[in-house]
Amino acid sequence: MLCELCKQAQATVHLTEIVNDQMSELHLCEGCANQKGAQVESHFGLSDLLSGLADFSKTQEPEEVSSKACPSCGMTYEDFRKVGRLGCSQCYATFRRSLGSLLKRIHGSPIHIGKSPARLIKPAKVGKSELAELKRKLEQAIEDEAFEEAARLRDQIRRIEQQEQPHAKPKKS
Amino acid sequence: MMKEIDELMKRPSEWLRGTGPVSEIVMSSRIRLARNLEKFPFATRATKVSQGEVLAVVREGLQRTGAMRQSHVFEIGDLDEVDRQFLVERHLVSREHIVHADHKAVAIGQGEAISVMINEEDHLRIQVMQSGMNLQDAWTIIDGLDDELSEVLPFAYSSDWGYLTCCPTNTGTGMRASVMAHLPSLVITKQINKVLHTITKLGLTARGLYGEGTEASGNFFQISNQVALGRTEEELMENIERILKEVIHQEQAARESLITNNRTQLEDRIWRAYGILRHAKTMSSGEALDLLSAVRLGVDLGLMNGLNRTTVNEMFIFSQPAHLQKLEGHALTAKERDTKRAELIRNRLGGPA
Repeated sequence: MLCELCKQAQATVHLTEIVNDQMSELHLCEGCANQKGAQVESHFGLSDLLSGLADFSKTQEPEEVSSKACPSCGMTYEDFRKVGRLGCSQCYATFRRSLGSLLKRIHGSPIHIGKSPARLIKPAKVGKSELAELKRKLEQAIEDEAFEEAARLRDQIRRIEQQEQPHAKPKKS
Repeated sequence: MMKEIDELMKRPSEWLRGTGPVSEIVMSSRIRLARNLEKFPFATRATKVSQGEVLAVVREGLQRTGAMRQSHVFEIGDLDEVDRQFLVERHLVSREHIVHADHKAVAIGQGEAISVMINEEDHLRIQVMQSGMNLQDAWTIIDGLDDELSEVLPFAYSSDWGYLTCCPTNTGTGMRASVMAHLPSLVITKQINKVLHTITKLGLTARGLYGEGTEASGNFFQISNQVALGRTEEELMENIERILKEVIHQEQAARESLITNNRTQLEDRIWRAYGILRHAKTMSSGEALDLLSAVRLGVDLGLMNGLNRTTVNEMFIFSQPAHLQKLEGHALTAKERDTKRAELIRNRLGGPA
């Protein structure tokens, strides 16, 4: 693939950018990428653009103090903006507010609906607690006016409820 | 002493068999899960002491699983440069994993289907590879191993955001599912950029043969999910499968069009590539990848009798620099490698010594 700017050298830098949930790609040679001021590293990727996204998130939420440090690892939001990587799992709680909007911007949704660690699932209550959790998330999504998310959660709740019914019937008969 | 890593050299990885669904286009399917341990700092804030502890805890955890009890753990720091590169070429570790080797390790399971990188960007990067278009089997294996590990290792997890990872692009499922597709006809017919562009609009991303930051070579494209949060693992896989089905369809259509409208030119390209591979005395790895790609297309179209896909797949990997040096038993200069590479390929194709 040739560089999209000079159209001469091989493109070795591939930029993926997400702005307002729209993703765009740019393929550049190292020279043009440097000129564009892109930071060329061995694992250049989406994550290296995070500093930009994190900045954006800051302008939207000025109340996040960039010098606030994570009590567990000492990382500040300022540090995170520079490296695009978090310092420990506690950072997620420390920078909860800013990370919430950042995660939404990256993934299009701020709520996890995938699997959870086996040790967290209490065998007897799998269905019920999961369902309660989903319903809680649904309420939250509606409150946040995240309607696409809400629709997906609603469908998922319906699926689970439908799955449970056939299980219930044989027990009665 | 016979090094354990040399045992790997004796047989090709299982995913290279060239079998499984749509294996005429899809070389392999891979799923990786990023997991971290609570209480330990991520790589950005880790110390040698914390990394040493993580390594010990994860090793112990792997011992308590069914699938990885028999695995072999290699500490990257114990390996020389060639052995490290060898693991990268076999897709067992990332390129990032072999630099700054302190306390980094990889556990490799039977047949190389499962590997677990320890102390990469995340404490664990669990990976399962399968031959052909087969994310479902890869998921069944990795889901089971992840469940077992999560019984014995305290993974960092929040009920809102799922698995907590070093980089927020992986937060949530921590999953990246990818499919290595060979798309020579889309490249020949110049449709590939359009296809890749469309893919990125649909939440997927395309990379080269060796992952992030690598160029597409040999017409191989690694296509994977871009987002990890807000979808279930099954939904992420279904999305890839649905889009890949379309890409595969496009590649098949391009192959048919080439056969129907440009058969002579296509056969000429393939047989010339075969001729060079069978007779050349020196060959760079870039040239080898391009020519092998053409020959693989010939095999997949049924144009070449007596040559099978597994042989071609193996040549892709065994002609890589570290594999050549492992075969030879000592370090080789770039020039020596080019000579050895040409010799290896000539031998495999029954060309003149």
